[in-house]
Amino acid sequence: MESYSILKKRKNPFVTIGIHFSLILVSITCIFPVAWMISSSLKTQEMIFEDMGLIPKTFEISNYTKALIEGKFGIAFFNSCFYTVTVIIGVVLVSSLAAYAFSRLEFPGKNILFYGFLAYMMLPIPGIFLALYVLVNKLGDLTSFTIDLSFIGLSFLKDPINITIIGINTRLGFIMPQIAMNLSFAIYMLKTFFDKMPPELEEAARIDGCSKFGVYWHVALPLAKSALGVIVIFNALTIWNEFLWANLIFSDISRMPLPVALMKFQGSVVTQYPVLMAGMTITIIPIVILYLCMQKYIIKGITAGAVKG
Amino acid sequence: MDTLEVKQKLFHKLKIGNFSFVLPAIIIFSLFNVYPLFLILKLSFFEWNGISPLDQAKFIGIKHFIEIFTNDKLWWQSVWHAGIITILALTIQNVLALLLAMAVDRGIRGGNIYRVIFFLPPVLSGIVIGLIWQWIYNGHHGLLNHLFTFLGITRFENMAWLADPDTALYSVAIIHMWRGFGWGFIILLAGLQSIDSQLYEAAEVDGAETWHKFIHITCPLMMPVFILVSILTILGTMQIYDLIVSMTNGGPEYYTEVPITRILASMRGENRFGYACARGLVFGAMLLILSMIQIKVSKHMQKDL
Repeated sequence: MESYSILKKRKNPFVTIGIHFSLILVSITCIFPVAWMISSSLKTQEMIFEDMGLIPKTFEISNYTKALIEGKFGIAFFNSCFYTVTVIIGVVLVSSLAAYAFSRLEFPGKNILFYGFLAYMMLPIPGIFLALYVLVNKLGDLTSFTIDLSFIGLSFLKDPINITIIGINTRLGFIMPQIAMNLSFAIYMLKTFFDKMPPELEEAARIDGCSKFGVYWHVALPLAKSALGVIVIFNALTIWNEFLWANLIFSDISRMPLPVALMKFQGSVVTQYPVLMAGMTITIIPIVILYLCMQKYIIKGITAGAVKG
Repeated sequence: MDTLEVKQKLFHKLKIGNFSFVLPAIIIFSLFNVYPLFLILKLSFFEWNGISPLDQAKFIGIKHFIEIFTNDKLWWQSVWHAGIITILALTIQNVLALLLAMAVDRGIRGGNIYRVIFFLPPVLSGIVIGLIWQWIYNGHHGLLNHLFTFLGITRFENMAWLADPDTALYSVAIIHMWRGFGWGFIILLAGLQSIDSQLYEAAEVDGAETWHKFIHITCPLMMPVFILVSILTILGTMQIYDLIVSMTNGGPEYYTEVPITRILASMRGENRFGYACARGLVFGAMLLILSMIQIKVSKHMQKDL
């Protein structure tokens, strides 16, 4: 069956060739800088200013070991993975519970609360990080305590240990605000999904004696897999690439995620370009792989958003 | 009736069991989203350096807002810079995205591959993109100038694109558009594909030219999608930050300062926390007004059709 679009591509072969030519040209500009970065990550510091070729003459794998160990990108890589996974788990659990209740259960204040979440999603608050900084700082004072383990007599425990649960320069200080930021969209997305889902399966499970939570956990959540996929990929992109908030609260290099570590390394006295490029390559590999595996969810999420308008 | 029974009845009546499903969301949302909003509102009326205890902050009324609107040239310059990038993105980037989307829409081989490739830049970290291009733009050993030399163009020899006041902002803007067109492309493509192909078919039978089909079928049906893309472009571009930090950090001088870097500057550099909050509020209000105007315009246009 012939499908019509605005352009009469099928009728004129020259139009088709012209279209492909321009699409390929744009594709090259998308891929080239990345390819060039990877190629530069395999050159030596001396060579990198001389040899501009896309295919490196040497393969300096040592740039990568340098990046991982001396550049501390190994720790940063772990941190980025940790933050991304924990924030996504948090967002998925909290938002799916709420979205399920908004869609299926009755409770006082239901509509007001849901529209509250929606309204917040529409509201641009570019300065929110200022107040978050004050808040997390305050929480740091409230959740700090000192443990004195010197009575055990071990030499490495002789100084009292300061512990802050959530505060500036703590992992939770990054994670919690990020969960909050991404909550509204996930609740909206899942609520519309649950609304469209036929309730018969859940009713059957209820009759069989499943609790409300059991129905949510064993029936509704597994059925919402495609909506959860959309939430996972969009949140992964946001959190993996987040810079502003991470740069504000982390001063301790052992807790920094990759983008912050990159800026820190780039600002050091003598920038070793090949090592920096290796660090940048390490930064993009996981997210590009995830994107390639989950790209159908991106289109699904965008289509859902675009149709809703 | 014993108390346990009463409690159970109350429990059911108020649906506390159901309410506990939304409780985690409400707690996190109130603490990290709602409370900060009120805190910014409050702090914008106070003179506070961000370091001393909060209760030492001094109430000064609307002085910060008066200062922003009467005596803050750097701030409005930074808004203007973001505005220039936004205008470029709204026109060049979105027209390019629409053209590409129309090219890939239906009946072209490899459409899906192009889609995957065009969305690659939006997937990458803004810091990584900024650092790659910062180096490509470098005056002495940057790839761009080598390319010009290779092509025999000597005009730009040792031109430091990001350090020259005349070119810095536009050089960043180009990269911002390069990074962002994939978003518009995917949304516009999804919109185009939802148009019933019978409409085009009928128009072709009637002998309509491509241009006519665009004006009379594509445009009216795509209007909501156009509005969505422009709102997203405005919100995303006005709040540009990662690329600025990694490419120019606001320089040379203040030629690439944008609102977010200015808010951060008054927070950290000048230690004027209250003023930073006021700037943030003014900026947020501007963005809100812009997107509301767009929604109003789109409703108005849809009524006319």
